[in-house]
Amino acid sequence: MTGPPERPSTERTRLATAGARAATAGSLSRQPGGDVVKGNIFFALLLLAIAVVLFGLAAIIVQAAINGAPALSFDLFTNPSSSLPERAGFRTALIGTLYLILGVVLLVVPIGVGAAIYLEEYADRTRWWNRLIELNIQNLAGVPSIIFGILGLAFIVRGPLDLGFIVAAGSLTLALLVLPTVILAAREAIRAVPPSIREGSLALGATQWQTIRRQVLPASIPGIATGVILAVSRAIGETAPLLLVGATTFVTFNPTFLGDDGYSALPVLIFNYATRPQDEFQTLASAGVIVMLVVLLAINAFAVWLRNRYERQW
Amino acid sequence: MQARDAIGASGAIGTSPPRSLEAPSRRYGEKAIQGLLALCAIVSVATTTAIVVSLLIPTLSFFSEVPVGDFLFGTDWAPTFAPASFGVLPVVVGTLSTTLWGMLVAVPVGLLSAIYLSEYARPGVRRVVKPVIEVLAGIPTVAIGIFALIALSPAIGKVLPFMVKVPPFSAGVAGIAIGLMIVPIIASISDDAMRAVPGGLREAAYALGATRMKVATRVVFPAAISGVVASVVLATSRAIGETMVVLLAAGASPNLSLDPGSSVQTMTAFIGTTATGDIATGTITYDTIFAVGTLLFAMTLVMNVVAIRLVRRYREVYE
Repeated sequence: MTGPPERPSTERTRLATAGARAATAGSLSRQPGGDVVKGNIFFALLLLAIAVVLFGLAAIIVQAAINGAPALSFDLFTNPSSSLPERAGFRTALIGTLYLILGVVLLVVPIGVGAAIYLEEYADRTRWWNRLIELNIQNLAGVPSIIFGILGLAFIVRGPLDLGFIVAAGSLTLALLVLPTVILAAREAIRAVPPSIREGSLALGATQWQTIRRQVLPASIPGIATGVILAVSRAIGETAPLLLVGATTFVTFNPTFLGDDGYSALPVLIFNYATRPQDEFQTLASAGVIVMLVVLLAINAFAVWLRNRYERQW
Repeated sequence: MQARDAIGASGAIGTSPPRSLEAPSRRYGEKAIQGLLALCAIVSVATTTAIVVSLLIPTLSFFSEVPVGDFLFGTDWAPTFAPASFGVLPVVVGTLSTTLWGMLVAVPVGLLSAIYLSEYARPGVRRVVKPVIEVLAGIPTVAIGIFALIALSPAIGKVLPFMVKVPPFSAGVAGIAIGLMIVPIIASISDDAMRAVPGGLREAAYALGATRMKVATRVVFPAAISGVVASVVLATSRAIGETMVVLLAAGASPNLSLDPGSSVQTMTAFIGTTATGDIATGTITYDTIFAVGTLLFAMTLVMNVVAIRLVRRYREVYE
């Protein structure tokens, strides 16, 4: 029952230990000089790539802010579209976009969440039709937006639905475009609710739908809401399909949801102003971009806040 | 014995008949709700069907007037002029040109960003940088198009005049803007794929004396290759389908050339410019839009299917 064996603590052994440690560390960390240089160059390249991305993002925002600043005024929101730059603004287009998005939300929330509930809670994945639906949704998410414009033109504006060039047709087209995004996000949110919650509810005698409505849905609302908000922010900026389904640009009056006097939308009007030769219109287009980016950044920030505030760890 | 029988009998009288575990009613409401939800899911299939049908019918009527060979291999694209010509190659090459220049920017920048995020960045840096890169994915393409037209094209034209021969339009500039737009797709999906590579592989490589760069490029990158390829394929499909940037910055003259300085018309730009007017149903011009649309849809569909397959494969390896 003695203490630890006494350490040899003479000057010589201390030096020997230090020397051995240095030799070991030296041989283990030794790298051919070329590798160090290559590694540094590689790291510099990585930083350069990140810098290019961040610089590009900053350039887009700063460029719009600088070019659009002269046109930023309250008139921008009160003037209708016009072919005279001094009288042109975005009022009619903003109202058009508001109606479009309202329609998108009304359509996409019930259908998207319904589809997600079906796929997560009811669908038997061994059945071919359910796998077909899943594959189909993934594919639909990658279809170019202008193809949805063609669908809108041939199927909704004309053809079977024959709605004409009205706001509702634009809403329906955009809703179909963002539907896959909403379904995928809602499925993620529903999947994150642990099975034990469902089993507990079922064991207490609740039916499957009661379980979904009172347990699963309330628990997954934050995730679903985040997905819907991100889909809406995509719909706000989407231009190409609207060009095809009748978002004409020179509407000088406020549009209505079902009126067939034509309508306009913010990104479409921005695009139209940008293609005009006068410098004043380029300025207006940049001002429109600022308005759109501010709205989108606010919406995205809200979505991030919502996710962080209500996200639950089970 | 008698006593026990009596107790048993009285017990039987006192309780109700044996209960079944079946639900007391048939619950038609539950069935109806399930049917309704299934209907919601079918909307997406109906959408795809509607896309295919609405593309195919006018396309078939188009091919009843224009031979398939003339369309696919013709080199003269003038569908709206008086002696109309329907050789689609110039707009297909236009699309390939903007896509090619876009990928030339997006692939290196996106992959290097992904390697940085997954292998080099400290968690704190990563938590900031990745969402910021994803903000770029949320910027509307019309805003990126205006940026290309107003800022990028004059700037590049000044430094490299061969890139912008007919100012302000240039396939190369439109391509660079598209590249910027799709970098987040490549960076984000590749980063996810590389982070799915198990840490044991990295540690084994370090133990064998590999440097950080070797671990990133020779171990992690090859292990994540199917996810990386999927991200590139997905980004290519997005670049092919991009409309607003090319409509604003690439010009509108069909041009059978991969020269980055020339102005080109892409498939999407053709659809976007031609389908906006009050174009009459049943005319050959109207049908042309759908024929080009079908070609575009087929190209992106193939790429999406490949990408979905690849993503699924890398998911199966390490989970």
